[in-house]
Amino acid sequence: MATIARATSASRREGGQRKRFDFVPYLFILPHLVFFGIFAAFPFLLGLVISLFEYDILRPEANRFVGTQNYLNLFTSGTVEFPIFWNALINTIEFVLMSVPLLVVIPLAMALLLNTNLTGKNLYRAIYFAPWVLSSAVVGLLGFWIFQSQGGLLNYYLKDLGLFQPRWLSSMPWAWYSILLVTVWWTSGFNMIILLAALQGISASLYEAASIDGANSWQRFRYITIPQLRPVLVFIIITTVISSFNLFAQPMLMTNGGPAQSGGGGSTEPIMLRIYTEGFVRNRMGSSAAMSFVVASVMVMFSYFNFRVFRTKE
Amino acid sequence: MATRTKTITEDMPQPNQKRPFSWQRLFLYLLLTLIALLIIVPMLWMLSTSFKPKSEFFLPDIYWIPRTFTWDNYQKLLNNPSLPIGRWFFNSLMVSSVTTLLILIVDSLAGYAYARMEFRGKKIIFGFLLMTLFLPGVMFLIPNFLTISGLGLLNNYAGVILPGLAGVFGVFFMRQFFASLPHDLEEAAYIDGATRIQTFLYIALPLAKPALATLSIITFLASWNDFLWPLLILKDRIMLTLPPGLRTLQGAYTSEYGQMMAGAAITAIPVLILYVLLQRYIVESVQTSGLKE
Repeated sequence: MATIARATSASRREGGQRKRFDFVPYLFILPHLVFFGIFAAFPFLLGLVISLFEYDILRPEANRFVGTQNYLNLFTSGTVEFPIFWNALINTIEFVLMSVPLLVVIPLAMALLLNTNLTGKNLYRAIYFAPWVLSSAVVGLLGFWIFQSQGGLLNYYLKDLGLFQPRWLSSMPWAWYSILLVTVWWTSGFNMIILLAALQGISASLYEAASIDGANSWQRFRYITIPQLRPVLVFIIITTVISSFNLFAQPMLMTNGGPAQSGGGGSTEPIMLRIYTEGFVRNRMGSSAAMSFVVASVMVMFSYFNFRVFRTKE
Repeated sequence: MATRTKTITEDMPQPNQKRPFSWQRLFLYLLLTLIALLIIVPMLWMLSTSFKPKSEFFLPDIYWIPRTFTWDNYQKLLNNPSLPIGRWFFNSLMVSSVTTLLILIVDSLAGYAYARMEFRGKKIIFGFLLMTLFLPGVMFLIPNFLTISGLGLLNNYAGVILPGLAGVFGVFFMRQFFASLPHDLEEAAYIDGATRIQTFLYIALPLAKPALATLSIITFLASWNDFLWPLLILKDRIMLTLPPGLRTLQGAYTSEYGQMMAGAAITAIPVLILYVLLQRYIVESVQTSGLKE
């Protein structure tokens, strides 16, 4: 304790030259840095190395260096990996393109509806956000039971209304729609409360000035609300793209990636499920690591692209 | 209530002026209520199914209130030694609590140093941490699994908990909070001869209670709900937490919807109760931290 106190007094001479090495700050950051090193910095390198190996954790004697083979397999048609990898990646990109607009527009509409001085709006806000606190496993299981063609809730009411009752989980494109609907149900509330907070931060005087100038409500929305929301919208779009890319539990529990396709791979198999299967079911961890690095690059490019597009516009 | 809203309206002119009654407002309420129903109905359906006997699942008519109300699904589930959901519940509680506690300690220490102390390499280290915020988690899946396996922590709760401590979000969040505090109190403590560790423990940390509460809510929820990582690390059925347990449950009984929904309810109800109790606080936590995951 005495040494600590002495070191402290040394560092307190701010601006002065310190002769002694001040180790106290390092004591503060060390616990985090140790875990960061082991589980973030080191794995980054380890992942790169593993991706250059044929690596099976169950048969370590068979592990061997294969150079860029795992990557080449993903980019050469005719390999086992080529069709299933691209199927899953394209599925995921389709899901991102379908889900992100919905997950921006619907929450924005909900936030606009709630951004009024209605009595009871806090209750509505609380209800809309509630699904977000559930585990993806609960959400997936719930979706599984609701979209079941046998005894499922949705088809019961569709039948009642005399409407077409698709085999939601086992036919296309309905399997995607089920996953999409469940995801919108689960995460809209999150985007809504972020947007609502941002809406409440827009100064009322802007709207007043616009009204005085004779702007109608659409013009106020277009020329005040949207520009004022731009930074938050960028944030929402980027985080939603990333979380849609990470789609995993809903298809795993609802469709298990199916229905199966003739060309190999499942119609609703997302890339995360493919990486999981490659690494932990097929036990090809090198190939799985290579896939995850390719996917990570795509995700980073996607985010960067979004960032640029939405930032530079005006 | 009416008078209160009226004064608020007068004080702060809003774009939408209120009138005692308008069709517009009625329509708005109907719309809001419709959305609320769409959100609540699946959860009610889960509860309703979990209290139904098996004979009622596939009736031609749907009964929202089970005709025969039964605890059977819960009892079967709790007494099934091959699906020890009681133990899973306990495991989830333990893993989430320990994760939250450790993250609070590790991240507030680091956040404080990055906010308040000067040391060599600070900018570089912190910049490096921030960079990883933008890296997709999928990159760490295989290597972290191999690290955990190499450390002999497969099928061990430490293997579930420890990688979470590498997270950068909490450090960043705590740093922002500490940086926003006024310096006066800490300076007064130094003048009184306190060490930095004492100042951190007795001055800064108590002031950080709101931030610590926010961080613990977010961490606890994320940990309680985590699905993929515990699915990879925990192998024995008895060791599982609830979310991977639900998958095992689904795999074991493809047609036992009552038990499946009872399992889902057992996973969902604790966080929903927590949410109802701390609703305003949780919403604000998420708004201020603005981070998913």
